[in-house]
Amino acid sequence: MLAYVARRLLYMIPTLFLISLVSFAIVQLPPGDFLDSYISTLEAAGGDVSSREVELLRARYALDGSVFEQYFAWMGNVLQGDFGWSFMYQRPVEDVLWGRVGLTFLISLASMLFVYVVAFPIGVYSAVRKYSVGDYAFTFLGFLGLAVPNFLLALVLMYVSLTVFGQSVGGLFSPEFQDAPWSWAKLWDLLAHLWIPVAIIGTASTAGLIRVMRANLLDELSKPYVETARAKGLSERRLLLKYPVRLALNPFVSQVGWELPALISGAAITSIVLNLPTTGPVLLTALKSQDMYLAGSFILILSVLTVIGTLISDLLLAWLDPRITYE
Amino acid sequence: MSAQHEAAARDEHDWSVEAWRPAPDQRTAASATASQWRLMWWKFRRHRLAMVSGVVVIVIYLLALFADFVAPVDPNLTSTRHTYAPPQSIGLFVDGAWLPHVNGYKVEIDPIAVRRTFVEDPEKIVPIGLFVRSEPYEFLGLFTLHTRLIGPLEPGQPFYLLGADRLGRDVLSRILHGARVSMSIGLVGVAVSLGLGVLLGGISGYHGGWVDDAVQRLIELLKAIPTIPLWMGLAAAIPATWSPLTVYFAITVLISLIGWTSLAREVRGRFLSMKSEDFVTAARLDRASELRVIMRHMAPSFVSHIIATLTLAIPAMILAETALSFLGIGLRAPVVSWGVLLQEAQNVRAVATAPWLLTPGLAVVIAVLSLNFLGDGLRDAADPYAD
Amino acid sequence: MIDAVCQGRPMHDREDDPVLEVRGLSTTFDLRTGPLHAVRDASFTVRRGRTLCIVGESGSGKSVAARSILRIVPSPGRIEAGRILLHGVDRTTDLATLDARSPAMRAIRGARISMIFQEPMSSLSPVHRIGNQIAESLQLHTALDKPARRARVIELLRQVEIPEPEEAVDRYPFEYSGGMRQRAMIAMALACEPDVLIADEPTTALDVTTQAEILDLIARLQADRGMGVMFITHDMGVVAEIADEVCVMFRGEVVESGPVDGIFHAAKHPYTRMLIGSAAKLENRAAAKPPAPGADAPPILVVECLSKRFRAKKGLFGRRAVVTDAVRDASLTLRRGETLGVVGESGSGKTTLGRMVLRVIEPSGGRATYFDAAGTAVELTALDRKGLRRLYGEMRMIFQDPMSSLNPRMTVEQVIGEPLRNDGWRQRAIQDRVAELLDLVGLPVDVMERYPHAFSGGQRQRIGIARALAPEPRLIVADEATSALDVSLRAQVLDLLLDIQRRMDLSFLFISHDISVIRYFCDRVAVMRKGEIVELGPVDRVCEAPEHPYTRALLSAVPRPDPRARRLGARHRYVEEVAS
Repeated sequence: MLAYVARRLLYMIPTLFLISLVSFAIVQLPPGDFLDSYISTLEAAGGDVSSREVELLRARYALDGSVFEQYFAWMGNVLQGDFGWSFMYQRPVEDVLWGRVGLTFLISLASMLFVYVVAFPIGVYSAVRKYSVGDYAFTFLGFLGLAVPNFLLALVLMYVSLTVFGQSVGGLFSPEFQDAPWSWAKLWDLLAHLWIPVAIIGTASTAGLIRVMRANLLDELSKPYVETARAKGLSERRLLLKYPVRLALNPFVSQVGWELPALISGAAITSIVLNLPTTGPVLLTALKSQDMYLAGSFILILSVLTVIGTLISDLLLAWLDPRITYE
Repeated sequence: MSAQHEAAARDEHDWSVEAWRPAPDQRTAASATASQWRLMWWKFRRHRLAMVSGVVVIVIYLLALFADFVAPVDPNLTSTRHTYAPPQSIGLFVDGAWLPHVNGYKVEIDPIAVRRTFVEDPEKIVPIGLFVRSEPYEFLGLFTLHTRLIGPLEPGQPFYLLGADRLGRDVLSRILHGARVSMSIGLVGVAVSLGLGVLLGGISGYHGGWVDDAVQRLIELLKAIPTIPLWMGLAAAIPATWSPLTVYFAITVLISLIGWTSLAREVRGRFLSMKSEDFVTAARLDRASELRVIMRHMAPSFVSHIIATLTLAIPAMILAETALSFLGIGLRAPVVSWGVLLQEAQNVRAVATAPWLLTPGLAVVIAVLSLNFLGDGLRDAADPYAD
Repeated sequence: MIDAVCQGRPMHDREDDPVLEVRGLSTTFDLRTGPLHAVRDASFTVRRGRTLCIVGESGSGKSVAARSILRIVPSPGRIEAGRILLHGVDRTTDLATLDARSPAMRAIRGARISMIFQEPMSSLSPVHRIGNQIAESLQLHTALDKPARRARVIELLRQVEIPEPEEAVDRYPFEYSGGMRQRAMIAMALACEPDVLIADEPTTALDVTTQAEILDLIARLQADRGMGVMFITHDMGVVAEIADEVCVMFRGEVVESGPVDGIFHAAKHPYTRMLIGSAAKLENRAAAKPPAPGADAPPILVVECLSKRFRAKKGLFGRRAVVTDAVRDASLTLRRGETLGVVGESGSGKTTLGRMVLRVIEPSGGRATYFDAAGTAVELTALDRKGLRRLYGEMRMIFQDPMSSLNPRMTVEQVIGEPLRNDGWRQRAIQDRVAELLDLVGLPVDVMERYPHAFSGGQRQRIGIARALAPEPRLIVADEATSALDVSLRAQVLDLLLDIQRRMDLSFLFISHDISVIRYFCDRVAVMRKGEIVELGPVDRVCEAPEHPYTRALLSAVPRPDPRARRLGARHRYVEEVAS
């Protein structure tokens, strides 16, 4: 097991390196370097930029060096926790970054939990009661869930809540808690708001995973070990839970790990529609206004955390299935 | 005793199981000589939902192709007199006499919101018909037409079956024209993905070794990055100065750059499992050239699977385009796509005033749903020799 | 000792008492295409301390009958009629009247009737420990607490001769070999000391020496406990070896039943006679076998020190390479017109050897030389792709699996004509030749337009043979060419090959795990074990007077289809130390 964990960690290194390259490429994509845009915004706002300040920044990000030097300067800073300067917020990127990343992951993980809790029993039900009315209904709902884009679902939900209930959903906090320090009341308020984005983000993944679970379980149900267990005298329910469901869980778990990128994606776009204080809206504005350090950092951090998330789900799978570490 | 005589002798009192048990499909001569495509078609036909969805998909593509003719008006025709005009319903009789028509609008002031709204005016009758005369337009850039499928008998009269948007443009016409971009981006994207996927997946599966390792790592990497933020990052870099057509291709390439992975995995998996199949070894021993082994012996067994996977990849592309354009970093006006149309609905207040702005979303859902059903049916039918 | 914990078990019954009686059992599957009568009006009796063998070929309904008894027939199957009487001390239960899911039925499964299955690989859950899976029966049917269950499981593992049972109990099935898994299955089935053990082809997936051990084990445990055994098999040799009574099934019906000696020596039903005849036929050399070419006959294939080493990467960074020698220094000579058999158990390297000769698998060392019609030596191992392709017209292969070796997407004509087409033949000429070949292998000419899915297994194997013969080869490598076929077809296909050999001056490298097939068909035989040829000589000599202890063990483990000549009990056991 330890060797397996070590091998998986080593596999991550090239992945992380490539992710950093992609993020850096995104930072570099717009013409000119970020200082140019920084200076021009400042000047447009009537501000004054001292040439000394510019020189300092230039040196810090190796902006006069080659692309390689710039990359290593950027990576070196990032590894020390310095993600660059956001000219949009006039603050270091990391100030904006962490709070939003935290909430993004909170929402994504909550969605993952939601996906698990909903998809698992429905998938089991659909497989065990194959071709029943319930199975057909869930299958259809599943397809529908896959076909409706997140943002559309969010829009419809907002529309319904506005016209039927006369209130707008959106945001993660009620106004009175918006800037309040963390407290139990604020946490409760967050949870009360959380379920709407969570349900919206989780729908498509849930739909997909119901189908995965159903197919896996149907596969497992026809395996000989099920017959062995039945011949032992196990009751159908206990048999189902101990053997085929347990085995169908393995691909299900690994699939859930791969859903994480989709959930983060979904969280980004849903947050924009629902105007949640997560990474999505900031990333969008940052991209639109070419605040590239901010945008690149967001993409970097989201990707890295996703890779770590999938790693955790892979390790979970290895723990569940002894055959994997044995190979 | 020759083999033939022996076979004859066997028939007289043969108690072996083979002698009496017909092979599963021998009952009908038709199935014994049916090629794989025919068997697949038989299997697909049994999947009724997929059949219906297939028809819907074809209809959508036909509507997109003939959008100029089917759409009642030019999709970019603005009318300040009809901003946010609600959808009209078609009436067939006026005072008991046959007269297909819609009703015109009258303006009302909402006393609470202090806002101008349009309501249908039963007094105003706008007669409509099929194959009506219209402003001349270029049909597919080929020739000029003066006829549209449906519209008011008198050109210029208000005719908004799905309502109008902020600038008084006809939502129905815009959806029909948007289908062109949205549906074709799926096709073009899938074609690019197919190229990448078959090339890299095929090399990966056929060559094996370090090439396989490298491609697999690349696929894992691409799958690990959350797509929307990545797309956002890349799409935002597309210069605003590019022409709509260039943007269209740039977006398509972007989407397929990430979409090819599942296809490559599919191709690779098929290649790997088939490489060790006995009938492929047999083909080599039959002195078939490598090219013939791949094209004649291997490819036919997975072309059907690839088609199914492709069909299932189209909706993902459509959804991606819609999402990007909706965020304002994909296609931009004046290009008309479903995502661009949904941008109009970004503000929930606007939606509350004019819920019909969400109808392009309905088009997306219908298209994606039927493509998914179709792909599912194709996938089930892709291996006619299973079970 | 454990009898006390498994309550309700009848004790002190006389041997021979019927413990399970099946009367008029009919089981039907309601398929979309109509009802399929898998078992029709079947009756048989299992007696205490005795073994009843249910014998039949694939599709005879023997497995469905067994599952009907335990009421675990998969849907849409159902018992249509009949009684299944399980006799206890004080009362008799008709299992057919119980609800399949009822607690009463569940209390019988695994406790009074238990079952072992064919596939030791997949019949155990891969993610639960062996001990856990065995202990489950005890948990369900006894009042033992957890430590007591564990002790009992270890005891059971010891009884089924699993080494180091204290450690083995915590292993997973994938850490066991096939034979070990089947032992674990048996331990599981015997956990609650059942009255009846149903064994559904428990040795079919095992090598013949492992099979002998498992049969031994079952017989010993049966003698210890006095349980009735219902043993399902298609192998007449196994039947002759272990049965007290035999019940022959065909198309879902019991066509004949009775004591084993009567079945084998005074069979009434023609089907039984055919089954026994086919098995007995393979006990001897084929009557139609042409005399073996003399030692002075020119060689057609010379293999010298051919080796294959597989490397698998393991461990961190894949630095620890695990080396497997699939074939080590194999040398043999095949003479013109000769049939050389290669026999060995799974993993012995026989298939790898055959495929290396054709360079389907690249050898890692050694040399193979082919002599063409003019007697010129061609070094196969030094040929490039082009040279090989030219030779593929003279050297051909027949595959084991008649399903996967024919491209399902090509018609029979295309399949058989493929080597001709690649040789530049014209369409008309191909058609004529295919018709000729179909006639040769005993298939009607009008099947040319059909696809392989329209044929049965035996017919497909004939198509495969026709394809091999198409370019008029001189040498054929047949890899387990008859193994996938039922016994009645095996002899037919072998006779077909003999007939063709006589007519076409063919040499065969004939690979098989089945010594009786080799004896029937081959002139000389090479015995392979763990990648090495341990013995090579004329078939008669090797079979009558084997020199190597492994060959002796292998031969003595083959059950003989004659209950009057049982030999497994006195068989020679091959112990590793003897070899090394």
